[in-house]
Amino acid sequence: MNRLLSGDTPKSIVLSVLLAVIVIALAFAPFLFPGSRSLETAARICIFIVLVASYDLLLGYGGIVSFAHTMFFGIGAYGVAITIDRLGTGYGALALGALIGLAVSGVIALLIALLSLRVRAIFFAMITLAIASAVAVLVSQLSGFTGGEDGMNIRIPRELTPANRLGEVFGTRITGKTLNYYLVFGGSLFLFLVMLRIVNSPFGRVLQSIRENAFRAEAIGYRVVYYRALATCLSAMVAALAGSLFAIWLRYVGPATTLGMEIMLDILLMVVIGGMGTMYGAVVGTAIFVLAQNYLKELMGGLSEATASLPVLPELLSPDRWLLWLGVLFILSVYFFPTGIVGRLRGTR
Amino acid sequence: MSESAPTHAPKMATLSLSDRLKPWLPLLLVPALIVLGYFAIDSTSSWLTLTVSGLAMGMMIFVIASGMTLVFGLMDVINFGHGAFISFGAFVGTSVLLALGTMTGAPSLMLNLLAIAAAVLAAMIVTGVMGLAFERVIVRPVYGSHLKQILVTMGGLIVAEQLIYVIWGGHEIVIARPETLKGAITFAGAALEKYRLLAVGVGLVVFLALRAVMRRTKIGLIVRAGVENPEMVQALGYNITRVFVGVFIAGSALAGLGGVMWALYQEIITAHMGNEIMILVFIVVIIGGLGSVEGCFIGALTVGLVQNYAAFLEPKLALISNIALMVAILMWRPMGMVPVIKAK
Repeated sequence: MNRLLSGDTPKSIVLSVLLAVIVIALAFAPFLFPGSRSLETAARICIFIVLVASYDLLLGYGGIVSFAHTMFFGIGAYGVAITIDRLGTGYGALALGALIGLAVSGVIALLIALLSLRVRAIFFAMITLAIASAVAVLVSQLSGFTGGEDGMNIRIPRELTPANRLGEVFGTRITGKTLNYYLVFGGSLFLFLVMLRIVNSPFGRVLQSIRENAFRAEAIGYRVVYYRALATCLSAMVAALAGSLFAIWLRYVGPATTLGMEIMLDILLMVVIGGMGTMYGAVVGTAIFVLAQNYLKELMGGLSEATASLPVLPELLSPDRWLLWLGVLFILSVYFFPTGIVGRLRGTR
Repeated sequence: MSESAPTHAPKMATLSLSDRLKPWLPLLLVPALIVLGYFAIDSTSSWLTLTVSGLAMGMMIFVIASGMTLVFGLMDVINFGHGAFISFGAFVGTSVLLALGTMTGAPSLMLNLLAIAAAVLAAMIVTGVMGLAFERVIVRPVYGSHLKQILVTMGGLIVAEQLIYVIWGGHEIVIARPETLKGAITFAGAALEKYRLLAVGVGLVVFLALRAVMRRTKIGLIVRAGVENPEMVQALGYNITRVFVGVFIAGSALAGLGGVMWALYQEIITAHMGNEIMILVFIVVIIGGLGSVEGCFIGALTVGLVQNYAAFLEPKLALISNIALMVAILMWRPMGMVPVIKAK
């Protein structure tokens, strides 16, 4: 177990229990929470844990802010979609698409990193923002290639669709969808453990030292640019794989579901709420955020109706304005809980 | 017989022409681009139209970006929430213009300009006050940490954008230009929109005024010194924090002015317009050299011209033309066209 977690144990009883609950709930989601909507939520949590963790590799461990993470996520998703569209359905095309997405995002990440990081780390945030929005516009305009605003439907192998019935276990119907879920779950678990390995390796240590004091790290003899660029590439490639999983699960890609700025904000919030600089923060933050996203909107709808007679309040509380409150929550958590939930539970300030 | 000292004739190398030209190269970029555009575009009249519209766009971006680049230069604060001031300025200005419908509808240039002035004033006051609040509440607690600044100002941007939805509703608002500024005048066979000419004029005035303040006044001297070495200015007895707050407010107000100008340029406003413009602003401040007003001016004009020429020559290229421009300039001058030398 210790080996599996790369020696980075949760170090807090509450956190261990919380993590165990999340992992068990996700592992047995098809049996514990029957119904397609809750399975949808569970798969979303799995994929976003990987996406958020890969972002944390950059933000929390490397101290680099990127706004292009959804772009890499989207490249992975579109890689699968376009390859299947061209080559036809099959596991080979699926794997090839994921590989293409992986390679493309790795190369783009390297180019961006070399262009911006060699001058100033702060350029990175602005350049990624500019490039990501240009790519988002490009994707919605090149409709012949990417399906434009409508996105693309993906025909995955029949074994992974609900049409493939496999009988019942514990009173739950097992279909191809369940298999698909376990593909997502297994893939996510594997990628997460790989990232845990990366951040606890000597490479991860150097990255943390660069975050704390880049000048000193350089003086000790580590090429800061090299480490930062490598972290950018790794994080982009994991994000692309998460995107491929997402495309296979949803059987659809579109600009709004993979490239939107809203998703980027969601990722930022999940990292900050869970806790920057720990991989477990991604797990806790994502699980709480995705659940709250569903729950908070309903709560706000109720509150908005309850205050309908008052002047401005219903406007402020309408479910469409939930981003407003998330924004406030985000600012407050950066001020008061910079280490997030996990940092709190581990007792580091 | 003492040996004489070896003859020593140092050779003074004169600076070569290219060495002496080097610092001035960025200044030549804009005229060079215009000349290049002249040869790339067949018809002189469309070249003229495009040049004016590129300059107008560049001037508006400059007005918006100048505040941001100064704020960074002075206090090392990177404000991702700058776009919120653009949107707020546009919405406030539009509301005022719509309220003054009789003045904007009248066919008198005087009344029209008066209405625009009122709108600009209202927008600048509102965004200035907003800037003060933004600095106090959002930016001040996170001095010194870029990471937190980016995160927190991004959060501030989301909140401000949502507040626009709350106050003005979620619809886009259509705003017509005042009567006498509609249409175009014909010059040398080219149609030049009147409003664009006005925008170029306003931008030029702002640039010259800003330059005069920075070069000729004491406050400008303090700001320039603060950009180079804030601690030293502080040690000499000037309250650099207060100067910074002033610059922040002025920068926010300029963003508000830019917002009104942009609203009348596009004749339609949305809550996320600030975000879209910010992409261009980021490119401008990066290629100009973070912290430099002159660099920002050159960068803005370059971006405006390139965008317009590219949109005419190859519409599909327009999207990535600015990114390509940024990449090219960063390869040429990694610190931006007019790099700011810091004393630390």
